Amino acid sequence: MNPTSSLASTKPFVRPKQSVSRLAGVTAAFLAISMASTVMADENVNLGVSIPTATHGFTGGIVYWANQAKKDLEKAHPGLKITVKTAANASEQANQLQDLATVTKINSLVIFPFESASLTKPVAQVHDKGVYVTVVDRGLTDTSAQDAYISGDNTAFGKIPAEYLAKALDGKGDIVVLRGIATTLDNERMDAFNSVMKDHPDIKILDAKYGNWNRDDAFKVMQDYLTRFKHIDAVWAADDDMAVGVLKAIEQAKRKDIKIVFGGAGAKGMIKTLMDGSNPMIQANVSYSPHFIYDAIKMTAEARLKGEKLPATDIIPSLLITKESAKQFYFPDSPF
Amino acid sequence: MPPEPTENVRPPSAGGNAAPWRRLHGAGPILGLVILCTLGTLLNHDFATFDNAMNVLTRTAFIGIIAVGMCFVIISGGIDLSVGSMAALIAGCVILLMNKLGNVGFSPVAAVGLGMLCALLIGGSCGFLHGLCITKGQIEPFIVTLGTLGIYRAYLTYFADGGALTLDNTLSDTYSPVYYASLLHIPFPVWVFIAVAAVGGVILNRTAYGRYVQAIGSNEQVARYAAVNVDRVKVLTYVLLGVCVGIATLLYVPRLGSASPTTGLLWELEAIASVIVGGTVLRGGAGSITGTVVGAILLSVIGNLLNLTNLTSVYLNAAVQGFVIIIVAFLQRRRR
Repeated sequence: MNPTSSLASTKPFVRPKQSVSRLAGVTAAFLAISMASTVMADENVNLGVSIPTATHGFTGGIVYWANQAKKDLEKAHPGLKITVKTAANASEQANQLQDLATVTKINSLVIFPFESASLTKPVAQVHDKGVYVTVVDRGLTDTSAQDAYISGDNTAFGKIPAEYLAKALDGKGDIVVLRGIATTLDNERMDAFNSVMKDHPDIKILDAKYGNWNRDDAFKVMQDYLTRFKHIDAVWAADDDMAVGVLKAIEQAKRKDIKIVFGGAGAKGMIKTLMDGSNPMIQANVSYSPHFIYDAIKMTAEARLKGEKLPATDIIPSLLITKESAKQFYFPDSPF
Repeated sequence: MPPEPTENVRPPSAGGNAAPWRRLHGAGPILGLVILCTLGTLLNHDFATFDNAMNVLTRTAFIGIIAVGMCFVIISGGIDLSVGSMAALIAGCVILLMNKLGNVGFSPVAAVGLGMLCALLIGGSCGFLHGLCITKGQIEPFIVTLGTLGIYRAYLTYFADGGALTLDNTLSDTYSPVYYASLLHIPFPVWVFIAVAAVGGVILNRTAYGRYVQAIGSNEQVARYAAVNVDRVKVLTYVLLGVCVGIATLLYVPRLGSASPTTGLLWELEAIASVIVGGTVLRGGAGSITGTVVGAILLSVIGNLLNLTNLTSVYLNAAVQGFVIIIVAFLQRRRR
């Protein structure tokens, strides 16, 4: 998501090494504390939430819903304390995990990792101290470090638009695709989209280029698609921010051949457009709401307050949003 | 415009009869651009169309206008890393202001006009601030602008709540001609780009101020002894750049009618690359506006070409850009 995150990916491995000696010295003290806190877990839950900082619409939504969860849940449960930390890259997130464990002394953690591989070790360290760990969205490479895993459904995120477009085009037509940023999550979506399209040989995917989940880049890519392809039936913009850029480019080129622009994730602006029917090209959407961080925090906090465990894996389904169902996906106060 | 003189502590007349090899090297970026365009035409016939050329030039306008300002700063021996963030902040402030003015009863035209004026003011003041920190505060320009790079974008993210700031519909309709309208079939942003480049060329080559800028970059001590008011000239280069950023933002906002934390991301590097590819020396002292303009166009042609063809894997797009930059820089290298 953040252009620097991949560069930073090697750093978290360095950091734990530095702190090994410090850790060894303090471990004894910690064991005592963490044991004490597990005993008290029935009444007091000290929950840490570690999420990416708001760099674009979707992460903006994540930050908003995490803070919303803190507000709602702390009010409802007096024994609950929630600390929300945002990080700009993987290495900062790893440092914050250490701070949460040593300074804030959390006994439960909800983490939305920047990257799977580079945060597995840091999370495992926190987990070893007896902290209950819920991982959101991106699974760790070593699943023994997590107690529960809650994620959005990336396969459905690619599959639902593919099925919708195939049906709307009657199994025949030309589609251009915009991809996000080269990540496993983007690959999963693209693969799911392609595997549906395999069953529709008359639908041609003209090209799929990266728009970086960003309005400006999507605008440029779409302008060039419009120059290059004289006939396009539908666009899978794969993200509502990118759909904004795509729509502007189509409007500027005054092209009438494009029947559908399919975004994704259910940003409030696009949901509003869908609800009002104000743009004939916007006919459906697929949910991948940052709201799931709220659900994850709520589920973890409430389970821990009761001393219960969460199911090991919980996938929050991505659903097709149509004009009729749009209302229940519309959150006007959220920034996303 | 001919390639400008390169060694400027010499009397001005020396520029006119520069050695022929120097002129040849000055043509490096133009040569690169011609080769790229020929290649583009061979690969895709749509590349050489008027519409595509206008798309590319309009797209280049933002970076190009900023690069003209950046050219002055770099020639004077400075650097500004904050321009992308500054553009984002200005875009955000302008949108907030226009929405507010629209709500309190200003006519759309008045609201947009005041907002545009404000963009130039904010840009100019940001530049003035940089100039003061650098001259009076004696802080390295790299550090000052690295600091403000973080500050500006963080404030935009804060104002936008991590999401996007969007211009109200009626204002957006009033404002959009600034980006989408054309005069004599040439889009408005291209006219502005031409005007800014022309004014920049005149200031750099035909005014005393332009000579001072080059003299300071060439040898600051000597310029000081020659009774040049070094601090004033330096501050003015940053103000000039700030105003250029303001102008670029004026054109950017009506395109999508929104600003988000991804607005202007990495513009600083694109602007600096345009200046350097265009033959300006990073350590200052000599440079050319023509080269800068060609450099900016060159960079966006690469992106356009990659979108119009399936030349390489999409994963390698950034690599192609990197190779071209290095090759062009080689073509226009100077003897040290």
